[in-house]
Amino acid sequence: MHTIVAKAQLSPNVTRLDVSAPRIAQIRKAGQFVIVRRGEGAERIPLTIADSDAAAGTISLVIQAVGKSTKELVALAVGDSIKDIAGPLGHPTELIEKGHAVCVGGGVGTAVVHPIAQALSKIGVHVTSVIGGRSKEWVIYEPELRNIGDVVVCTDDGSYGRKGFVTQATEDLLKAGGVDIVYAVGPVMMMKALAELTRPYGVKTIVSLNPLMVDGTGMCGGCRVSVDGKAYFACVDGPEFDGHLVDFGQLADRGTTYREFEQEAAKRCADGDCRIGLSNKG
Amino acid sequence: MSTSNLTPKQRMQIARQEMPAQDPAVRRNNFGEVNLGMEAELAKLEAERCLQCRDPKCMKGCPVNVNIPRFLDLLTAGDMAGAANSLLSDNALPAVTGRVCPQETQCECECVRANRGSPVGIGYLERFVADWARSNQDAITLVNAAPKGKKVAVVGSGPAGLTAAGQLARRGYDVTVFEALHRAGGVLVYGIPEFRLPKKIVDQEVERLVQAGVKIECNVVVGRTYTVPELREQFDAIFIANGAGLPMFMNIPGEHYKGSYTANEYLTRVNLMAAYDPDSDTPIIKPRRVAVVGGGNVAMDAARTAQRMGAERVSIVYRRTKAEMPARAEEVHHAEEEGVAFDLLCAPVEIVANEKKWVTGLKCVRMELGAPDASGRRSPVAIPGSEFIIECDVVVSALGTRANPLLTQTCPDMKLDKRGNIVVDEKLMTSIPGVFAGGDIVRGAATVILAMGDGKRAAAAIDDYLMAKA
Repeated sequence: MHTIVAKAQLSPNVTRLDVSAPRIAQIRKAGQFVIVRRGEGAERIPLTIADSDAAAGTISLVIQAVGKSTKELVALAVGDSIKDIAGPLGHPTELIEKGHAVCVGGGVGTAVVHPIAQALSKIGVHVTSVIGGRSKEWVIYEPELRNIGDVVVCTDDGSYGRKGFVTQATEDLLKAGGVDIVYAVGPVMMMKALAELTRPYGVKTIVSLNPLMVDGTGMCGGCRVSVDGKAYFACVDGPEFDGHLVDFGQLADRGTTYREFEQEAAKRCADGDCRIGLSNKG
Repeated sequence: MSTSNLTPKQRMQIARQEMPAQDPAVRRNNFGEVNLGMEAELAKLEAERCLQCRDPKCMKGCPVNVNIPRFLDLLTAGDMAGAANSLLSDNALPAVTGRVCPQETQCECECVRANRGSPVGIGYLERFVADWARSNQDAITLVNAAPKGKKVAVVGSGPAGLTAAGQLARRGYDVTVFEALHRAGGVLVYGIPEFRLPKKIVDQEVERLVQAGVKIECNVVVGRTYTVPELREQFDAIFIANGAGLPMFMNIPGEHYKGSYTANEYLTRVNLMAAYDPDSDTPIIKPRRVAVVGGGNVAMDAARTAQRMGAERVSIVYRRTKAEMPARAEEVHHAEEEGVAFDLLCAPVEIVANEKKWVTGLKCVRMELGAPDASGRRSPVAIPGSEFIIECDVVVSALGTRANPLLTQTCPDMKLDKRGNIVVDEKLMTSIPGVFAGGDIVRGAATVILAMGDGKRAAAAIDDYLMAKA
């Protein structure tokens, strides 16, 4: 059992849970994730480790509440516990040793970019984070990233930072030159656009993929992604890959497999037929 | 030595008793167990058929060397506690093997009565005695040897790991099993379906091992949470039985379409994640027509599972004929009874989909059996121009697995073969002293019982190794 020791609402649908997981807190590296199962009968869901505190023995999980399982997770309160957490899984991020890295985060992807920026900054790499959201309230991890390096905030509606997408801000940085690598995490179409953007500049672009996953140990093959025409498993071979080689179309498409199921579950949830405490049934 | 009053001649006159089973038309719609188990009278009668051979060939056919005549004799005499203790001292998971072993190629095929009529129903009787033991735990009097003060880590809680853990605990070792998933049992809980092996039974077998002192830690992914070298610092010996892992693909176009599953994913969603239960949160595609590619036990499990999930037509697509199928005979028979179709001598060439990338069919080419190959089997040859499409909305590939690199990646000193499987010596020791391995990570994909045989041998080898060092 993993007790929730702190909880924070980062944006209208993104929540951070700091959870007790001493072994993982001690050894996790940037880019790695865990598989979380809230309780009996719940799904196994992959979540990136956004941060950790080895001394306190806690890891930070940042969850975007979109489906039934994630809504149930974020409904947990401080003092509640999560039944199963396995990890850290996946390969750690391939870090450059010196130079200038641009870390691009879109929406909840910013939470995945955070540990990467943290690790880069720790070894002396100059980090510029480009983070975005629909509007001001959707921008997350800005203070933490400001402690690490330069930050460019973008909002779709211009309510905060510069108006526009993270791609435009990244393009300005590429044009200015001196960018050695780009790390990009966010919606599939954002990562695809960034990979296309950096390609003509010849700047290596690492993306972190979050496909459907069941066991997270290479057993089920559900998380297969096509990279350079070959099938890789995001859980054991990734989750980070060379963005210039990823088949994003296939990834986006496979991601819609259970859309109807999820909508149905979400509807049942909204009708009060679930255990997340939003209804009178509690 | 027989305690029975019957003469061998009288024994020979008893015909093999049938295993009561759920009606196929009923069971194809539920996840309840297919075989219902024998009543005591029936089981005793079947046990009377054993001739108590002085040189029991059946035991040689058993990978864990169960003393079959002994437990059958005790069963015949009505000494259920004696039979149960006898069986459990040889086999840590008899309620499992009594249900999933391919007896027809092991103990039962060696039975002398197989030459003249039908062999003794050893599997059915093993199940009978094991089930009695499950509901009469107090009658189990097996005790552990005095603590040896040494710690052994077992990686993986599948059949090999659990068997080794049970044997090592019995020999007086302090055993900790590390399981990557949230539940112990390995393939017994994620792979083999409920209707063939109820999960409650696996839980009970695991619980018995826990009662015997085995510690089980779930959610520990060895290779990630701890590496083998890290474990080596804390344990006197390690047994690696983390299973095979990565599913293989057909490498044909369209395998990424929505509705294309590996058998591992399909079965894991339904079994471990309980997608068959409407209350489960696990999503799964509810198909109308399903094509399952492969001819092994996993293919049969996937096909019969799809049938129970409500599919209208389920077929097994296999490039040879039924005779060459590696599946257990009873599974093929049960699948047929339940209405699974067999598209034989067909090889898939492409998965086809609609504009929204949902699977709509499996394009195959017809095959014919050509000249025998090096293995003596007639190899299938494609008939040019014979392509056709099997209409389906889900394709499940059950083509076997390859080695999982998670553990070995972080253990660079361990010698692997060219397929990534761990190389062991005749004592099942790897190239790292004190680290042993068995089951699918050594053999590639095999059976539950072969993995258990490895677990048992490894436990003995680890005991020898640690005693020699002491």
